[in-house]
Amino acid sequence: MADTQTQSRPARATREAFGETLVELAEQGLPVVAVDADLAGSTTTKKLGAYDPELLVDVGIAEQDMVGVAAGLSLTGRIAFTGSFAVFGTGRCYDQIRNTVCYGRLNVKVCPTHAGLSVGPDGGSHQMLEDIALMSALPNMRVIVPADYESARSALRLAARVDGPVYVRMGRAKVPQVYDAGCELSLGGSCLLREGTDVTLLACGVEVDQALRACDELAREGVSAEVIDVYSVKPLDEAAILASALKTGRVVTCEEHMLAGGMGSVVASLLSERQPTPMRMVGMRDSFGTSGSFEELLSHFGMDAAAICEAARSLLA
Amino acid sequence: MGDRSTAAPAGFDADRVCAAAAQMRRDIVTMLEKAGSGHPGGSLSATDIIATLYFGGVLRHDPSDPQMPGRDRFILSKGHAAPALYAALAQDGYFPREWLDTLRKLGSHLQGHPDMRKCPGVEVSTGSLGQGLAVGSGMALGMHRDWARGDSASPAGREPQVFVMMGDGELQEGEVWEAAMFAASRRLPNLVAIVDNNTLQIDGHLDDVVSLGDICAKFSAFGWFTIDLADGNDVVEANEALTRAVAYDAGPVAIVAHTIKGKGVSFMENQVGWHGKAPSAEQLAQALADIDAAAGVAERKGC
Repeated sequence: MADTQTQSRPARATREAFGETLVELAEQGLPVVAVDADLAGSTTTKKLGAYDPELLVDVGIAEQDMVGVAAGLSLTGRIAFTGSFAVFGTGRCYDQIRNTVCYGRLNVKVCPTHAGLSVGPDGGSHQMLEDIALMSALPNMRVIVPADYESARSALRLAARVDGPVYVRMGRAKVPQVYDAGCELSLGGSCLLREGTDVTLLACGVEVDQALRACDELAREGVSAEVIDVYSVKPLDEAAILASALKTGRVVTCEEHMLAGGMGSVVASLLSERQPTPMRMVGMRDSFGTSGSFEELLSHFGMDAAAICEAARSLLA
Repeated sequence: MGDRSTAAPAGFDADRVCAAAAQMRRDIVTMLEKAGSGHPGGSLSATDIIATLYFGGVLRHDPSDPQMPGRDRFILSKGHAAPALYAALAQDGYFPREWLDTLRKLGSHLQGHPDMRKCPGVEVSTGSLGQGLAVGSGMALGMHRDWARGDSASPAGREPQVFVMMGDGELQEGEVWEAAMFAASRRLPNLVAIVDNNTLQIDGHLDDVVSLGDICAKFSAFGWFTIDLADGNDVVEANEALTRAVAYDAGPVAIVAHTIKGKGVSFMENQVGWHGKAPSAEQLAQALADIDAAAGVAERKGC
């Protein structure tokens, strides 16, 4: 964990971690290979191709084939990472991820970039807001949603080192740094970023930054918010969530994703079964996105720091 | 079943393969009757090619070491023909024959569609049509690179091959053609696609549902070397086609095998209704009689 002060944190996109980390893993001797679908420049897997042309397989605009080829490569002892944008890299090839990768428990890492609202101007067709739901529902799949560039690097290192399918969700937008270089994520882990006593803000991905901003704002109002980065959506750090919910008695989940089937719904399931706790969920409410800048969209759809503060206040009222 | 005088490469014994195919057919209909559901038509059409692969010396592999490095791989992309694969694997010694009695039952190694995590010898889990060729392409790419680098031993003394068997109806899945483009683009020399062209799919004749036209021409247009296998239920012809395909190393090869759905069981042959239906006990007796008659056995002893 690093400097979580919201002022003056340098911003980078999580996707920038992809190619660089793959090169690092290749240099360490891990048998990584990336399979992309004509988006190697955007996803940054092109960097792995520049390091060694054999390690980037570009299948063209064919996401189903991308997953199949990755599956086949994994069955020759390689650690296969798929690319593309989240909208194509999960939904377009869901059956391939389900029936070949997850059913066979293959060593394939589904790591598309450009998830969520971060593709802004491209509009609703390209704004993937169901991927966490799709991937979390699959047996054998693990789901990691990193908050910033450094934690994305850690997530990719983690994905390479655990056997079997892993989903790493990366975005296009630059997000302020939360973690120091060398931070270590773990499967089923979470990270307590701010301690608080009045309300727990559980966030993942780009919403971690918004939750930290909300925490600052709430502090100015005399509210002590605890902020936990729930980067491992599956498996979930149940103990940490239950403990914090017990301490504060109020939970707000914050995600750049559809509420149905997302991190918030997973947390809601946990709490309702084990420890019913008053909750608010910040995220997309059964709607497609629309064109606009990333920041505008976060505000427009009620996923910015202001929306998180409002949700927290409604629990405290 | 074929002209026995046809010159065949060392390791191929037509009589042995025919006998193995007949036993596979007995096992297929028997296990389906016990299971009470499953897919006889496409299992029986594919039987002779699978028998040639496993018992004709084509597939280089070791049942006592299913993960043997450098082995050839067989992917049954038309996973609903699982009974044919299971019959071959059991006969080859991958698992005890008793397992065949458990097909499709709770707790069985033999799932309704092949599960690589439950059944030795199954290289890839299949069942959702259209996925095997892409997986086979990735596998062939990785294996070819290992071979070219000298990282891969081959018990066969030749480059390890990947064989992918698809149904003709399966070719209606778009992913097949994504993979076909990719494999040809990479000129994968160790990939062999086999199309079990029995002309029928669940809803009827392919030409009445969505016609595939000239399958060889389609693969050829995609950049594949193609072999038109006139009788895919003839093990001698099948062996010749597979041997040619293995020898061809300038790119991927597609064998379009003309077969008869339900082959070997009189009342199932060319009948759409036998795509996914198990025989009754009476129908099983008739099926076994048909198979034995075709195999030249006058009377089945003990039945």
